[in-house]
Amino acid sequence: MTAPHSALKLPDDQRIVITGIGLTSPNGNDLGSFREALLEKRSGVQPYEIRYFGETLAGICDFNATKHQSKKDIRRGTRAGSVGVYTANEAIADSGVDWENTDKSRVGIYVGVTEHGNVETENEIYVIKGFDYDTSCWSHHHNPRTVANNPAGEIALNLSVTGPHYTIGAACAAGNAGIIQGAQMLRLGECDLAIAGGTSESIHTFGIFASFNSQNALATHTDPAAASRPFDKNRNGIVVAEGGCLYTLERLSDAKARGAEIYGELVGYAMNTDATDFVLPNPERQAQCVQMALNKAGLEANHIDILSTHATGTMSGDAQECKALRSIFGECDNVRINNTKSYIGHAMGAAGALELAGNLMAFRDGVVHPTINVDELDPDCELPGLVLNEPEQRPQVDYILNNSFGMLGINSVVIIGRV
Amino acid sequence: MTPAEIRVEILDILEDISPDEDLNGLDDQKPFRDQLELDSMDFLDIVMELRKRHRVQIPEEDYGNLASMESTVTYLEPKMKDI
Repeated sequence: MTAPHSALKLPDDQRIVITGIGLTSPNGNDLGSFREALLEKRSGVQPYEIRYFGETLAGICDFNATKHQSKKDIRRGTRAGSVGVYTANEAIADSGVDWENTDKSRVGIYVGVTEHGNVETENEIYVIKGFDYDTSCWSHHHNPRTVANNPAGEIALNLSVTGPHYTIGAACAAGNAGIIQGAQMLRLGECDLAIAGGTSESIHTFGIFASFNSQNALATHTDPAAASRPFDKNRNGIVVAEGGCLYTLERLSDAKARGAEIYGELVGYAMNTDATDFVLPNPERQAQCVQMALNKAGLEANHIDILSTHATGTMSGDAQECKALRSIFGECDNVRINNTKSYIGHAMGAAGALELAGNLMAFRDGVVHPTINVDELDPDCELPGLVLNEPEQRPQVDYILNNSFGMLGINSVVIIGRV
Repeated sequence: MTPAEIRVEILDILEDISPDEDLNGLDDQKPFRDQLELDSMDFLDIVMELRKRHRVQIPEEDYGNLASMESTVTYLEPKMKDI
């Protein structure tokens, strides 16, 4: 380590490490293929059509849901649940944990979501429209599908986990928020293994497309792969994506005891609130959140090797985040800054967790994947260390800082250190 | 609908509800629950599908008639004969 972060002073049972990763992204259904797509600059954005709204673009996942679920459970549950079940099973398998002999009452499931229930409610309204809005045709599955804990609950059912399970509703900061919640519960001794991260089924609700469109914040482009273009002068909005990324988090003491492979350690985190607007970000509060995470980690800004930005491709949001980052990293020569939404669009509740996963392998190979689609850098987004359009090899990557912000002014930052 | 047609319709509904099950060997006299993994939500699906597809209303006190294929067809015959 080039910098002694604060977590090193903690006992091993208070240090939280990532030991398994399960994910589905529009451009990959496991960490290896996702990472490969990022280094090969392969987009996962495709043409998409959804009822009422019509033709648009989206990041669409093609994971094999029946790998871990029966067709009946897929039918009964939700897309977010299926994403969760797939990614949770993949994370456990990746962790190498002896799942059969794991005490399921000591496993906690903490799943970040931007929203949940819109898809299922829209579907039911569509169905009863065909019956002249006769509510006796409204499905009895609607409530279990739309309760806010659904995606986490479906994972618990599938894996027979009897420890705590719930979702963390945190808009587009949810992926980081899920990780933070999992770490806190491990530190409190409320569970011994946390399955934590975020999921999104948002491309299946026409409302999210219609609402972003009404806000003039939905991306359009003749080339789907070029539609998501954070930091580019000609960006014109968000590409909505589905996806999921769940981690197995453990105390370092437990991970060491079983000889687990460790992807990284959560060395710092922070969450705060703008309290200024429903949708417009507040760079002062975002910067404060980043600084709080650095302070918690005991790190200086220039210790960060990769900064994974939240930027979604909106004119205002990208510039505001860059303003916030400039106030902290403006004089740094070490940090390299990238954006993963430029490949996959905005995976909403999964975004923070997925974007972190896309960067984690840099601890091993030292390569920073670039922000793609930046044909003309917006001067308002200029920052030292932007990695644009081509990957950059670094001598060593020790710390990754991951931003994830959301509506109603919710901000989250996690810092992961190489172990 | 004839009893044979009603049986085909129920089988179609069961295929939707239990897509993982093989319904070829279904014994009409035996209760569904002895042969298939069906719970109360699945039986509500049968009720719902009949309502949606044919506007057949099945009051809660009659749910017991849906125990087996034979009892279901017998129960539905007067309700669906004019469909």
